[in-house]
Amino acid sequence: VTGEAIAFYVLAGAMLASGVVVVTSPNIVHSAVALVPAFLGVTGLYILLHAEFVAGVQVLIYAGAITVLILFVIMLTQGGTGLQFPERNEQGVIGFAVAVALAAMLAVGVTHTAWGRGGGTLPAYTPGAIGQSFLGPNLLLFEGTSVVLLVSLIGAIIIARKEE
Amino acid sequence: VPWYVELARAVVGTAVVFSGVAIIAAMFGVLLERKISGWIQSRLGPKHVGPQGLLQTIADTIKLLQKEHIVPRHADTKIFATAVLVVPLAALLDYVVIPFGTTRWGPLIFRDLNIGVLYFAATSSLVVVGILMAGWGSNNKYALLGGLRSAAQMVSYEIPMGLALITVALLAGSLSTVTIVNAQRHLWFGVAQPVAFLIFLIAATAEVNRVPFDLVEAESELVAGYFSEYSGMRFALFQLGEYGEMFAMAGMAVTLFLGGWRGPILPPVLWFVIKLYALIFVFMWVRWTLPRFRIDQLLGFSWKVLIPVSLVNLVVTAFVLMVVRP
Repeated sequence: VTGEAIAFYVLAGAMLASGVVVVTSPNIVHSAVALVPAFLGVTGLYILLHAEFVAGVQVLIYAGAITVLILFVIMLTQGGTGLQFPERNEQGVIGFAVAVALAAMLAVGVTHTAWGRGGGTLPAYTPGAIGQSFLGPNLLLFEGTSVVLLVSLIGAIIIARKEE
Repeated sequence: VPWYVELARAVVGTAVVFSGVAIIAAMFGVLLERKISGWIQSRLGPKHVGPQGLLQTIADTIKLLQKEHIVPRHADTKIFATAVLVVPLAALLDYVVIPFGTTRWGPLIFRDLNIGVLYFAATSSLVVVGILMAGWGSNNKYALLGGLRSAAQMVSYEIPMGLALITVALLAGSLSTVTIVNAQRHLWFGVAQPVAFLIFLIAATAEVNRVPFDLVEAESELVAGYFSEYSGMRFALFQLGEYGEMFAMAGMAVTLFLGGWRGPILPPVLWFVIKLYALIFVFMWVRWTLPRFRIDQLLGFSWKVLIPVSLVNLVVTAFVLMVVRP
């Protein structure tokens, strides 16, 4: 067993455990906080794949910002406690069925793929290569994303100023 | 390198960094803070325990270790107890990418990541999760208000800080902290980029919740803010996280703007320590000199002043680098 395999199974176990807490906990704040180990587990997987830049962005945006956003919204909307409406999952059976079906499809898909091995070598300095790709071959996607972000920024300002 | 060697190195490194932060940043930092605040207020500060009061914080730590853990009734025990771990852990993670000096075998750094600066921004943003958890888990309105204020404040000040980091990365052409220090061979980035330096210092003060930006724990309004309900060693761990984060911010400012370990004659590590403590002194000097902002002034200052200024600074820097000095 290689170190990478051990790291993968440890990370996968941690992500599964926190994922179970996210969907089963009756307390919405617990669910939100349990997202953090799941996000950090994904970060670990990125690092195993030598995608350091994506790993850094994953921590910055998901573990740092999205979790805070979710917690902030819960605390501002539910009287600060998040306990006014205990979470009861009334669609547990359906959800479980969908999850099992999805897992089965993924398992079949994964086992039937010829993994493209040896696709190339990593550049020595990945952030630079990512930047080149954003402003080169993927310029249209990059600009499209920035328009979406601009729209959401303007939308947020309009919603926030409605009271005046 | 086999994986178990890597793992052992990580464990040993964590132990070394933790004890280093606990002793140098938290214990010595608290003592320094009390001494400097004393001098600024024409007092002597701690004087009785040990020579010149040097052992005061050790005595305080031993006292805190023995105290009872009090958990408020109706507090969320799991979140209340976990928050204590998140804050110091996030502060400790910052130290991975700070180069403390250089030796014959290469720079003295835990790991020279090629995303160093991005990594620093990411780990320092994790602190706020711990602060929100502490504020919410305490089941106390003052703690919750402190937690919410901290979320608003830290999210707002992360943006100008990130823009200052990007400006430095542009100058050095890299996100790696070692490359950034080496790029300051001729000129410190603090001299080349005084605006980014100032923005970084202001945002760092806000990120570590110190006066004039300590709305999160404003004692005249919120008792002690998010850690009002914590007692004993748990309180001490929050202090550790806070001082650890402050030293990490100062260390990063030295790395990015003051040429890191570079300097004449003296050994590199000593230069780093001198610059680090000079910046720590500035943080403490500011804390005991300026009054506290109001929360609306604080957020307005970030969004209406710091962010536009740092955006303009970034654009001008990029223009100069690409067009004027290609």
